[in-house]
Amino acid sequence: MLDQVIFYTFAAIAVISAILTVTRRNVVHSAVFLITALLATAGIFLQLRAEFLFIVQIILYVGGIMVLFVFVIMLVNLDEAVRQMRFARQKWVALLISLALAAQVGLMFWSSRKMPGQGMPKFAAAPVEMLPPNSEAVAKSLFDTYLLPFEIASVLLLVAMIGAVVMAKKRT
Amino acid sequence: MQAVIQATIEFVKQYWAPLVCSVAIVAILPLVAGYIVLVERKIMADMQARLGPMRVGPHGLLQPIADAVKLLIKEDIIPEEADKLVFWLAPVLSVAAALLAMAGLAIGPAFQIAKDINIGILFVVGISAMGIFGIVLGGWASNSHYSLIGALRSSAQLVSYETAAGMALVCGLLFAGSLNITSIVQAQYDQGIWFGLLAPVAFFTYLVASIAETNRAPFDLPEAESELVAGYMTEFSGFRWSLYFLAEYTNMIVVASVATTLFLGGWLRPFPRTTWLNFLDFLAPLAMIGVGVYCLVRTPKQPSRVQQIFMLAVAGLCFVVALVLVVPLVVPLFNRSLAAAVKPFHDGILGAFWFILKVSLYIYFFMWLRFTLPRYRFDQLMRLGWHFLIPLSIINVLVIGIAMIAGQYFNLTGWALLLTTVPASILALIVALFILASEQKSEPQKTSAAPDSYA
Amino acid sequence: MLSIGHYLFLGLALFIIGVIGVVTRRNVIVILMSIELILNAVNINLVAFSRLYGDVAGQVFALFIIADAAAEAAVGLGIIIAFFRNRETVLEDEMDLLKW
Repeated sequence: MLDQVIFYTFAAIAVISAILTVTRRNVVHSAVFLITALLATAGIFLQLRAEFLFIVQIILYVGGIMVLFVFVIMLVNLDEAVRQMRFARQKWVALLISLALAAQVGLMFWSSRKMPGQGMPKFAAAPVEMLPPNSEAVAKSLFDTYLLPFEIASVLLLVAMIGAVVMAKKRT
Repeated sequence: MQAVIQATIEFVKQYWAPLVCSVAIVAILPLVAGYIVLVERKIMADMQARLGPMRVGPHGLLQPIADAVKLLIKEDIIPEEADKLVFWLAPVLSVAAALLAMAGLAIGPAFQIAKDINIGILFVVGISAMGIFGIVLGGWASNSHYSLIGALRSSAQLVSYETAAGMALVCGLLFAGSLNITSIVQAQYDQGIWFGLLAPVAFFTYLVASIAETNRAPFDLPEAESELVAGYMTEFSGFRWSLYFLAEYTNMIVVASVATTLFLGGWLRPFPRTTWLNFLDFLAPLAMIGVGVYCLVRTPKQPSRVQQIFMLAVAGLCFVVALVLVVPLVVPLFNRSLAAAVKPFHDGILGAFWFILKVSLYIYFFMWLRFTLPRYRFDQLMRLGWHFLIPLSIINVLVIGIAMIAGQYFNLTGWALLLTTVPASILALIVALFILASEQKSEPQKTSAAPDSYA
Repeated sequence: MLSIGHYLFLGLALFIIGVIGVVTRRNVIVILMSIELILNAVNINLVAFSRLYGDVAGQVFALFIIADAAAEAAVGLGIIIAFFRNRETVLEDEMDLLKW
């Protein structure tokens, strides 16, 4: 029961914040609502017993990426942008196609409920008490099975860091 | 409806202790923060050869309450054309992050609001990193240039020193082997040595980084009064300002608690495993009795009757605390069979005393630095963070890791591990200072304080 | 009782809102923020399946996606800053230098 309450609360916060992110006129408001959406997603991770991912989401996404976004928003904030059109000229067609995509995927999910032998399993596969400690399991997997992607990710971050610094530097 | 009520009752029955503790913390912490401010003013006065607040209440002890009342009844001014939603939200974010981080801390082995989080220390560090938004959004929402520059500088400083602080924590966690707070302190108990002694460079790095993380002097350029008119806090007055203030002092308590847990042994007394030093346990009640006796001695010297009664009350409080501390120690001496039953109280209450003592010493060190050292200029501050502390902490993780492997190879544990970690730490320090010196030689020292790209 | 379907629909909802943001808004920064929403929706799916099958690989993959999103946000925002310095605009239909 507690699981359901937590899930529905965080899901509602996430969806409402996402809708507000995409529709606000003021970009800083969009950033604030994206922060709440990311926090709600972190809550979903916690509800799924992925504690390490919960805190990584908060440290990296909310505490790192969103701070970067807010900095850049303040650097490029134009006052006249507030009075211009928010949505592009293709908005109705784009909305229609997105809703068609949503209907397609939703129908696929909904119809797989009723397939015999392939329905949507409930979470009986791994009961909570038998889960190994989450950080240890992730760390073991990361440094054991997925060591190569880990090293490649660090090279990727180094490249991104160099690229971002080079591009944002003033050409004096 | 019935099921909802039933489920709520079940929830409250299961989680009543954390709920009560959370409410208690949110209620009591503003008062505690106010009294830390009073202590800071008294220490500042002491270091400046004066007395500090003395008028409000005996020896100024009611000053925080007067300040709180003043802040609450002040007019709530919102700047014109300020963004009202974000202006309202920014102090709330700061305070919420700081208070939520308090929930992950453990004062004693049984005093934890969120018990046995798998990611303990990382939870506290991560949630307190969310407080950056309160600063950035507050500065932006004020619609004022000084506030924005102060906010951008402050958040740039916080983000820069977060990396160094995190790496220093990783160094301590290498010894601990777990992120769980209880396991970290247990590991320090098992090895019989505090991790701050095993990794002194990491402790030093975390000390410096935590001063920068909480915007304290000598790293308080973004909020100094003579610089940017209080920086991001300029336009916030009254209750909103007190929220920022509360967030700052709560952050101080949080970083002090994290440092104490990981580097200073948490709730363990010095030398926790050597049994012939068990008499050190009696230091706690003896210290409180000493303070009480000092208060009693100073009572006749107070100028007025009210202050004499107040001193007697403080002395009485000290004696009561000493009594509470001495009971778990003395009962096993008289009655051997009760020793096992009394042990949780022993660990809990005495552990809480040692923890609070260490946190207070850490915060006293913060205040000592504030009133002793001059302020860092912003570019000097960034240079220190990026060119010295981050290389130092990363190299430190590397060499401490190698030292640990060497220690495992030679089967060294506890105090013997110092043989490998101390040379490793010295090596890391030398390499980092070398890096800093070569940076200084390569770029000419800027004579003006003109920062180029960070506002 | 929560089933995997709940999480899949939540992921779908966030994904579609992100897609709508990407194809509809003019401000490039909001487009980048919608891309972050899309990545988060994918993460929710991955972690839900990781919990269903008890395999921690889903969470590890989600971790890599978060690291990748950080890199992409940094580079993307660097590009936006560089473009803004030249053209003083952050609207996507005004970034038309390469149009005929």
